Amino acid sequence: MNAAFSTHELGKRYGSQWALRDCTLEIPRGSVTALVGPNGAGKTTLLRLAVGLSRPSAGSVRVLGLDPHADAAEALPRVGFLAQEHPLYGGFTVAEMLRVGRKLNPAWDDEAARARIAELDLPLKKKVRSLSGGQRAQVALTLTLAKRPALLLLDEPVASLDPLARREFMQSVLEAVAERELTVVLSSHILADLERVCDHLVILAVGRTQLVGPIEEIVASHRLLTGPRDDAGEVARMHDVVRESHAERQTTLLVRANGHVYDARWTVHELDLEEIVLAYLGQDAARRREAVAS
Amino acid sequence: MALIAFHLDSRSGVPTYLQLVQQVRHAVQLGILQPGDQLPTVKEVVTSLAINPNTVLKAYGVLESDGIAEGRRGQGTFVKTSAPAPLGDDFGKLRRSLRQWFAQARAAGLDEQAIEALLSEQHSSARRVA
Repeated sequence: MNAAFSTHELGKRYGSQWALRDCTLEIPRGSVTALVGPNGAGKTTLLRLAVGLSRPSAGSVRVLGLDPHADAAEALPRVGFLAQEHPLYGGFTVAEMLRVGRKLNPAWDDEAARARIAELDLPLKKKVRSLSGGQRAQVALTLTLAKRPALLLLDEPVASLDPLARREFMQSVLEAVAERELTVVLSSHILADLERVCDHLVILAVGRTQLVGPIEEIVASHRLLTGPRDDAGEVARMHDVVRESHAERQTTLLVRANGHVYDARWTVHELDLEEIVLAYLGQDAARRREAVAS
Repeated sequence: MALIAFHLDSRSGVPTYLQLVQQVRHAVQLGILQPGDQLPTVKEVVTSLAINPNTVLKAYGVLESDGIAEGRRGQGTFVKTSAPAPLGDDFGKLRRSLRQWFAQARAAGLDEQAIEALLSEQHSSARRVA
């Protein structure tokens, strides 16, 4: 079993609404995966299912080869989860937070936690609520890493941080990956820097997975084609069209190419990851508008 | 402290791992890195650039399979003792003639863009011949 995190046709329904549906993915050990999607696509639902905070309505989820519910006692100590709001007790000092972590976690690495707090110059005696957002995020991350997890799940970890704190936070995460065997899955709607930080990508849209894979392969397989108007049929049979738009005399297609595009009538352009992700998210938005209209 | 510092050009369109590979190659060619020298550790690169450690590992893997670097278990990655030698005397000569060429090009009234266009045109046709 090589996947650190996998789901099969996973779904979660609240009442009559599916928050996540038909989600199948596999995330290899040692990878850093970005989970991308519009608000309401089911990113948080997926992560909560992974740590057993909610139960699937359909399908299955495995973390480190284990069921987060049935095998909770074995699985959960090895999974670190940091919720979006970086939950900490505001009235506790940093030192008291460390003590809480030590008491609650059997595999707690107190030495590493204290070394990190010192390295980041975080004041041990200050109350958590008086720290800056970036400092709070770092304390929360320190607590999560001190569990020595094999799988680290981060829900929008940097959404509330300024650019410098954002970079410092990701630096800390990546250093942890460099130091030991650690798989990271982070949800984000910040697309800049994704390619630097992550090696795998999952796009969730309308509660379904759209695209899963190594970022390098995703970038290599997507192309922007421009060519004569109303001549797209043949290309569309060969390749998967993600987005198409038409000018009076020209058609532009963003495709997931199955092999080379040999057709000489089309000019082929390369794309960066951000453009590809935006195309998928745009497709999702268009589909939702259609659903509302019909 | 690391012997060299990597830097990234996010607008170049060149994948991050290839930028690292090129920078090590250049440093070896220019004699900044010599056989037996240690490349920055993965942790050092991650700390300075905030990039994915797997990207650094990939770059070092490429350098190893190209015969430029070698991994030593538990120690890190080093410039191979048999790595291609720096360019030496020829290098100085080539640099001087290139400098002359730039002076001539400016004297002939070429602007930066024209110079760049000419250079890249010649570079790619020379590569085709080689």
